Amino acid sequence: MRTAYPDPAPARAPDDARPRVLVIDDSRTVRLIIGRALAGTGLDVVEASNGREGLERLRGTPNVALVLVDWNMPEMNGLEFLSAVRADRAYDQVRLVMVTSETEQEQVHRALSAGADEYVMKPFTRDILIAKLSLLDVFGD
Amino acid sequence: MTPDDFTFVCRFVRDRSAIVLEPGKEYLVETRLAPVAKALRLGTVGALVARLRAGAPEEVRARVTEAMVTTETSFYRDAHPFDALRTAVLPDLITRRAQARRLNVWSAACSTGQEPYSIALMLREHFPELGGWDVSLLATDLSADVLAKAREGKYSQLEANRGLPAALLVKYFRQQGTGWQLNDNVRRAVDFREMNLVRPWPALPKMDLVFLRNVMIYFDVETKKGILSRVAKVLNPGGYLVLGGAETTLNLDTSFRRVETLKGGYYQLVA
Repeated sequence: MRTAYPDPAPARAPDDARPRVLVIDDSRTVRLIIGRALAGTGLDVVEASNGREGLERLRGTPNVALVLVDWNMPEMNGLEFLSAVRADRAYDQVRLVMVTSETEQEQVHRALSAGADEYVMKPFTRDILIAKLSLLDVFGD
Repeated sequence: MTPDDFTFVCRFVRDRSAIVLEPGKEYLVETRLAPVAKALRLGTVGALVARLRAGAPEEVRARVTEAMVTTETSFYRDAHPFDALRTAVLPDLITRRAQARRLNVWSAACSTGQEPYSIALMLREHFPELGGWDVSLLATDLSADVLAKAREGKYSQLEANRGLPAALLVKYFRQQGTGWQLNDNVRRAVDFREMNLVRPWPALPKMDLVFLRNVMIYFDVETKKGILSRVAKVLNPGGYLVLGGAETTLNLDTSFRRVETLKGGYYQLVA
């Protein structure tokens, strides 16, 4: 079924045990930028265009180790997504990172309180993103 | 800028800071010195070099030197040195120094302060037992400009975003416009002082841990040897030296042994 939003790239068949990163953003351009930034990190990228779709992808995709989620999105925003994931103990090990143009200190605090492990403020560069994710030990050695 | 100008700048920077600019770094000189030429209303880098040749006042000479010194830095730059610091090095030093209850740390090319502040934040977050200790955190750099910024502890959004865990950003910084300023308590924990590593050193206390990362790559062999021998003298027995990923003490100074079990460029003074 088509939605009013850009279609996310289809999830790859779960044909290997590579860890996956789920990138949730309603902007296809941002998903593309993040996907490119993560190329070469050993993480396979899966995409979704809002929080609700992100939850479906998370539940339907094995081996998701990391989620990068935007804050402001239609249907379900990033904060609601964080709360929904953290309410489910099955995803305790999944690292959640808010990637957003919300840059108020209070917002950073809210996201961390809702269960985000890290917070990346837009605009960011590849090295900023990689350095933040390195803090979470998601790349292995 | 002519080839002659470039050669002149290379020699000038070499004499002032011992930093060696390789051939082919003309673009670097242009990029770094263009803002200085503009600020001094000299128009072009060529005109700035002509001014230096004619014997510019110390203020101009200092600005050129500072502009040419690389200041790339970030909070918790490179994960390995800080992981090792938290899990192995600080616990070891705390055991070694338990009697004296004193710990001296030196960030020897601290630039705008992210490295010493990263250490200060780690001490606060992970080593509350040091509360009753005499902990000194010295941070030095040869540039007065970057030290002023370091003391202020105010960082742009991009800088605050770079390497700093969000939990620490929320806990220890306050937002000021588009920037973020570190709390006074943490800023006061670091003593920033101007110091040129290739000039005579002031009297320093005996150090337990020296961060000297990504500095020596710019120096020639003799300068490296000179600096390492002075670091060896300033370290306590068993003290640690941390170098950048592309740096080593090998073939330069036998006072150090690489700590193979630790990632992140750790060397220990051989007792």
